[in-house]
Amino acid sequence: MCSEKGKGEAMFTIDVSAFDDLLSAIKAKGYALLGPTIRDRVVVYDQISGSKDLPIGWSDRQEGGTYRLNKRKDQAFFGYSVGPQTWKKFLYPDHLKLWEAHSDGSRIEIEPATPESRRYALIGIRPCELAALAIHDRIFLEGPYLDPHYQALRADTFLLAVNCTEPGGTCFCHSMGSGPAVKQGFDLALTEIVENDDHYFLVNPGSDRGAEILQEVVYHEATAEETARAEKALSDAEYRMGRYMDIDNIRELLYRNLEHPYWEEIAKRCLNCANCTLVCPTCFCSTVEDSTDLSGASASRTRMWDSCFTSQFSYIHGGSVRQSAMARYRQWITHKLASWQDQFGTSGCVGCGRCITWCPVGIDITEAVWALRESEGETRREKTQLTGV
Amino acid sequence: MEDLKKYIAEHPFFENMIPEYLDTIVGCASNVRFNAGDFLFREGQTANQFFLIRHGKVTLEIYVPSRGPFIIETAEAGDVLGWSWLFPPYRWHFDARVQELTRAIAMDATCLREKKEADPALGYNLMQRFARVMEQRLQATRLQLADVYGNPVAHSR
Amino acid sequence: MLPQVDPMLPTLYQIEKVTKETEDTFTLALNPAQTDGLPPFQPGQFNMLYIYGVGEVPISISGDPAIPRTLVHTTRAVGTVTRAMKQLKKDQQIGIRGPYGSHWPVTEAIGDDIVLVAGGIGLAPLRPALYQVLAMRERFGKVVLLYGTRTPEDILFKKELENWRKRFDLEVYVTVDRATGNWYGNVGVVPSLIPKAPFDPHQTTAMICGPEVMMRFTVHALQNRGMATQNIYVSMERNMKCAIGLCGHCQLGPTFICKDGPVYRFDVIERLFDKREL
Repeated sequence: MCSEKGKGEAMFTIDVSAFDDLLSAIKAKGYALLGPTIRDRVVVYDQISGSKDLPIGWSDRQEGGTYRLNKRKDQAFFGYSVGPQTWKKFLYPDHLKLWEAHSDGSRIEIEPATPESRRYALIGIRPCELAALAIHDRIFLEGPYLDPHYQALRADTFLLAVNCTEPGGTCFCHSMGSGPAVKQGFDLALTEIVENDDHYFLVNPGSDRGAEILQEVVYHEATAEETARAEKALSDAEYRMGRYMDIDNIRELLYRNLEHPYWEEIAKRCLNCANCTLVCPTCFCSTVEDSTDLSGASASRTRMWDSCFTSQFSYIHGGSVRQSAMARYRQWITHKLASWQDQFGTSGCVGCGRCITWCPVGIDITEAVWALRESEGETRREKTQLTGV
Repeated sequence: MEDLKKYIAEHPFFENMIPEYLDTIVGCASNVRFNAGDFLFREGQTANQFFLIRHGKVTLEIYVPSRGPFIIETAEAGDVLGWSWLFPPYRWHFDARVQELTRAIAMDATCLREKKEADPALGYNLMQRFARVMEQRLQATRLQLADVYGNPVAHSR
Repeated sequence: MLPQVDPMLPTLYQIEKVTKETEDTFTLALNPAQTDGLPPFQPGQFNMLYIYGVGEVPISISGDPAIPRTLVHTTRAVGTVTRAMKQLKKDQQIGIRGPYGSHWPVTEAIGDDIVLVAGGIGLAPLRPALYQVLAMRERFGKVVLLYGTRTPEDILFKKELENWRKRFDLEVYVTVDRATGNWYGNVGVVPSLIPKAPFDPHQTTAMICGPEVMMRFTVHALQNRGMATQNIYVSMERNMKCAIGLCGHCQLGPTFICKDGPVYRFDVIERLFDKREL
């Protein structure tokens, strides 16, 4: 996939007018362009044809249970943070037919669904989302068993990342060490600067093919002033995030508190709606559904996204293991922040804040962690006392 | 008499009983033998004994009209059977049916009740041993009550 | 990394025999429909069995690991899939994926006394372990099977139990939770068999399979005999969809039952065992 080439090397600058040339060059290499666009008053990810489809001049206000788009004073291309959708809808589709089968009543014939290859260019993927992508790669491609469908969809993905200079009200990627600037795993990383009459992108090539694409457009080596402005915008962003989380020994914190009364408090509010798992960029649980046509001559198996907040999720003959909302929330947060580390060697949370924004009752994963810490006598630390890892 | 004392001392129920107490209680003991089909005791009868099973098998049953005997528990070598003699009205609550040739030590209740009243330390020692057995039986009964192998579908919601 | 085959694709098997074990349990014997069957299995492992158009369920393997070609599965008809399975006839085909999961530590236990404690349908996943132990009987000390069911009618593998009982090198104790007067066997719960079972607690490997409550009480009884938890193994159960660690359903704390289980050394999951709804 993407090498780390270019990291720490010279930065380049392209004018805003060259952005579409960049997209054209990517498209010319055979990639389908996917990027942020506005639909139903939210930023979603979909096919785009150029910058005209981007939410130019829009920003968002996000809080627990709240999401609103606002007009910006400028014409920034990426002046908003993440919306309810994640890139997993392309690489890990919510419905996927695994195979079909035919039967004459006794004999069965199984016809595998050939994994579909796609060459997607993810335009405007954010640092937290790149971290989530790396997590899915680890799960689906590096286990003892791999997912051939994910492998085919992910085999050739062009990653045009955009650093976050405009973090959202529920963002905390800095706490999780995944942003606001990308670290690795991209082809090109942009930092957008819109100040007064200036509007340009700093470009950092992260791979050979990223560097090749850059050659196709007008660019110049970034000046010291341009680089400094980008660096400042990103370091400012670190402290402009609406949320922060102390992840020091967080795994032990969660494991110690499996029977904490706080879970009951959350359970009183949690609707078990599964929104948090649907908007989470790392949630990967799935179920399968078997069905037949009316005649019974053919059957199929479909994989679908599932959520640990449903009662069927833990059903074994006779009943669900996790009957209560308390147990389901505890499972979710403990998986994200603790057991994920045992299972996959990373946190399952990248700090994108979607679960907070899209929770209808505003349950806040960062508040849950503070509540556990405070119950153990810790005092809540200020943002400035916490740094990312 | 010496044989009887040896049997009592070797029975798990009287494990680590001090010799002084053994000397006292052996006076209440007698060797008994039952054939298959016999009853050690029957529901409603006066409970004037308890049994240390040395060999064989006894089932503790409750008789259900129109369904016959329902087995609650089996007692085998090493088990103790009977505690209704401890409390008034000293009446058996179950049938103890012998399944195969069974040898046991029968402990006379009137005799023991007198001795434990006379020596509260001995009484405490005996009660502790019975309390332990009762605790184990109660735990087992609760587990039976949980019906853990029951058809899960029939039990769900 | 395994070769590039889709791990969600079942291999076809056909029914050799369906045997009714009790009122609601049955055993399937299956042979590969084509030449190649699945890889050999270890005692305690499970397969995913697919019934055409109905669905797929995890079922432990109850056959002899020395005869890996014929897969034997014993299960209880409690759900849509297992009820459909009960209706299968000879030569009908089903899809199977596997074998999956961890296994009973039979070879690791060589030199020890072996205590197998089964409750209800839990005898099925333990049977392959007993086969393996008996196949090299001389390499173990005492071998004890403690088996409990609800009623005498629920006892699995009756003929085989009788044969095992006749052996001089195997101690078999069967108990039921409740019985009527025509039952001459033991009545009482499985854990109550443990205090009198003949094994050396300091030189024993215990393997337990049954409902969680029964396993909990059994572990306590073994501990009361002086057994250390690192010599006690239990087999766990959770919802399972993929069996390959990708669907997230079978998590038990930080573990996935499909790959870290179903067989766990007790001390490894002890911390999770008494947490409710985990």
